[in-house]
Amino acid sequence: MIRMLLPLIVFAGLLVLLIFGLRTADQREIVQSPLVGKPVPEITLPGLNDPETTYSTAELIGEPYIINVWGSWCWACREEHPYIDRLGREAGVPLVGFNWKDEREDALRWLNRFGDSWSFHMVDFEGRAAIDLGVYGAPETYLVDHRGVIQHKHIGPIDATVFEDLMRRIVQMRAEADS
Amino acid sequence: MTPTRKKRLTLVGLIVLGVSAATVVAITALQDNMMFFVTPSDVYAQTLPADRQIRLGGLVADGTVSRDPDSLAVTFGVTDGAHDVMVSFNGILPDLFREGQGVIAHGFLDDSGTFQAHEVLARHDETYMPPEVMRALEKAGHPTEANMPL
Amino acid sequence: MIAEFGQVSLILALVLAVLLATLPLYGAYRGSDTLMRLAPSLVIGHFVFLAAAYVALSVAFLNHDFSIANVALNSNLLLPWYYRLTAVWGSHEGSLLLWMLMLGGWMLAVVAFSRTLPREFLTRLLSVMGIVSIGFLLFTLLTSNPFDRILPGPTDGQDLNPLLQDPGMIVHPPLLYMGYVGFAVAFGFAIAGLLGGKVERDWVRWARPWTLAAWSFLTAGIALGSWWAYYELGWGGWWFWDPVENASFIPWLVGTALLHSQAVTEKRGSFPAWTVLLSIAAFSMSLLGTFLVRSGVLTSVHAFAHDPDRGLFILIFMAVITGAALLLYALRAPRIMTGPGFDWMSRETMLLINNVFFAVSAAMVLLGTLYPLLVEFMGWGQISVGPPYFGAMFILLMTPIVILLPLGPFTRWKQDEVMRLLRPLAASAAVAIVLGLIISAALGAWNLRAITGWIGGIWVMAGAVAWAVRQWRGTRSGLALHQWGMTLAHFGVGVFLIGVAMVESMTFERDMRIAPGQTVEAAGYEFTLHEVAQVKGPNWRAEEARFTVNRNDREVARMNPQKRLYHRGGQVMTQVALRPGITRDLYIAMGEELDPASGAWSIRIHIKPFVRWIWGGAALMTLGGLISAGDRRYWRRRRAESRRADTAEVPA
Repeated sequence: MIRMLLPLIVFAGLLVLLIFGLRTADQREIVQSPLVGKPVPEITLPGLNDPETTYSTAELIGEPYIINVWGSWCWACREEHPYIDRLGREAGVPLVGFNWKDEREDALRWLNRFGDSWSFHMVDFEGRAAIDLGVYGAPETYLVDHRGVIQHKHIGPIDATVFEDLMRRIVQMRAEADS
Repeated sequence: MTPTRKKRLTLVGLIVLGVSAATVVAITALQDNMMFFVTPSDVYAQTLPADRQIRLGGLVADGTVSRDPDSLAVTFGVTDGAHDVMVSFNGILPDLFREGQGVIAHGFLDDSGTFQAHEVLARHDETYMPPEVMRALEKAGHPTEANMPL
Repeated sequence: MIAEFGQVSLILALVLAVLLATLPLYGAYRGSDTLMRLAPSLVIGHFVFLAAAYVALSVAFLNHDFSIANVALNSNLLLPWYYRLTAVWGSHEGSLLLWMLMLGGWMLAVVAFSRTLPREFLTRLLSVMGIVSIGFLLFTLLTSNPFDRILPGPTDGQDLNPLLQDPGMIVHPPLLYMGYVGFAVAFGFAIAGLLGGKVERDWVRWARPWTLAAWSFLTAGIALGSWWAYYELGWGGWWFWDPVENASFIPWLVGTALLHSQAVTEKRGSFPAWTVLLSIAAFSMSLLGTFLVRSGVLTSVHAFAHDPDRGLFILIFMAVITGAALLLYALRAPRIMTGPGFDWMSRETMLLINNVFFAVSAAMVLLGTLYPLLVEFMGWGQISVGPPYFGAMFILLMTPIVILLPLGPFTRWKQDEVMRLLRPLAASAAVAIVLGLIISAALGAWNLRAITGWIGGIWVMAGAVAWAVRQWRGTRSGLALHQWGMTLAHFGVGVFLIGVAMVESMTFERDMRIAPGQTVEAAGYEFTLHEVAQVKGPNWRAEEARFTVNRNDREVARMNPQKRLYHRGGQVMTQVALRPGITRDLYIAMGEELDPASGAWSIRIHIKPFVRWIWGGAALMTLGGLISAGDRRYWRRRRAESRRADTAEVPA
């Protein structure tokens, strides 16, 4: 009988390993986001609607906020846009758009068409500041706490599951900031 | 014990022996062919497994790519935001290799602290893609240049 | 509308699958003929609704219905109609739909071709497959619905990845899925056999042609994938030991073991439990492959590649299906454990060796594939396993297989003499050694790998031919179809071996810098670059290098590799130039422009000897498998067969 159960036992071991693999799949990105848990680098960039204004990450310290990397060329950004809308309405913290490797005209047209739910946008047409921030692609979403430390980074478009996860983390960050 | 049973037992014994031998060989081979994944920060922290092939991952640091005009030799810095490591490579870089792009280099660290790569793979495209395609691409070190600004 | 139609069809297919998995099964348990008779009709309905859903998605692709997310993501207005049709399975969601359509198709085929099966058995078989279908339908509907809408829909879609706009890539996934799904039939047979408990010998004969067909499709699918990677990815390799490839190779190895153990169980009644276990394993490994490819567990090194929800679902599904199957095995297998005895020197032993080596090979590939996960689980760090591991293990494990392969068919069942075997094969061995040495010397391939490759390859081919000739002479009726099939497949193994040995030992490969007007010499060929020109295609523009290749001052080829930039999506693709040949391929891939002033480019040149033999061998194996599956022997009427089997082969 034990002999007959052997395949089942081996299979159970395999399952344990795979469950583990699934649970940690998130953390196994190749370039471990080196900045998670570290302060946001100080980035100063011009705005999108208002090129004369400059925005700096230094000014934002004091309350939690979200940085969302997007571009009008990025198809998946369109896909996550409904959730960006909801983040803008429901998160209760500033939602900073980080417009990356884009053209001003294209970006404005894009916002016109799909709607602008961000609090404001910083533009990085050259993609230089993005390297400091550790951006590998668009869309990406960063959660920064009130001390200016990056708490979480999501790579890829936001979907329903990610949205809930992000909201949970945001609420937690707000609670920490208030306490 | 009947002859049949005895034969069967010997057979099972032989198979068990063979399979165990194969397992030992496999584990040894695995140990020899493991490549650890490290970041430039690990290189600085000196937590490197010695005398081993490693996979170094990070972003190509801005303004560090320099080519030898007469050959395929190229050097570039790989950064993880905290530290940089110089990588030296002789060969064809993947389609998407450029500054600011994620790369993985296979090779080893020489005495001077330069990473001697024998293979460089570019990583990550700039937008979402179906996993199957991503894998097919990355397998060949050919990530796609996603939608560039029109 | 079309999306809702497809969605409803899928739900109806699910309802029918649920009915199929319950009512007839209960009927088989209670002996109710009425309930059992439902099964074939349910299978037909199930297939019709799956086909309707599939057609709905195809129509949406043809009509550019970009309000369906899947269409918008994988098609655009510029895409020609044939690529729009094939784009259906270009995405995860669409390929699942194809998976299910095929499962439905296999079930339909079982109904059509297995009218001779006992009704209870057929019912259980169909119900088990119905359960599998429920899992995949739920998976699709809950986590990967191909009919999801995005509103408002974009006016134009994303491009289908250029890599997928290629004939090889169009046929590769369907063949692979046909193989994966085909193992569900063998799985169904095994489970139906276990559930019944009584027919443990007969079901193997009925399962054989299905297993052969599934295995053939899988072989063809893997070979096509390898061929595609070779010419499309611009890397020049034919196999990378990538987790995704391993995911399809593990079921193939298990399936190969299964084919051979089925032969023993069918003919002699030995190893019945092992055959059942392999049937379960072959399909479970197909599920595992699907899991590994789609969950991103292994390749989650790629930032976007994972979807834990989908992964979790497949994992649960696999846990239920395989777990239940193995539990049933543990409960029922002790009853079917015994088979008749056999001597050391016998066909049974030969096939047992085959099975041990193939099963161990599968385990080794699985170990190498999952080892990074294990290491991380133990907290030892992040690692990856290099291809040399797999290469070394394979040489070790396949050598005995190659040496013994020609002996197998010659050996008699139950008992045989060593001397009787050696006589007919001594000639083959002599031919192999002499010819192998001569050819290696003539080709200048004077290294251990090439020489052993040639000797081994010729040994296997000559052994297959010698067996067929002897069989031909010994019987008046000639060879039966399944014997032709076996000969062909074994011959293919020899062809494959030679290809692998030559490519791995004699490939010339060099990265070089070359400017227009320059000539480089590579392994006796002179490559001259004349110019690098700008060319345009329908949806791309490219830099094209114009090469002429000379040998002994005679022009043998003009080759024009390209570096393409696709307009939509702006993807850069290396288009290699290939000059295929039976004994060698010339292969040029462009790297990048090094120096705009002189127009110098980095160029990769490969000369791959006998690389076509790799796929040629696989094609022969595929053909052999299909021919075997068509043998009438497996399809003969059940009653006469089982009665004869009962009287002739009852173990003492």
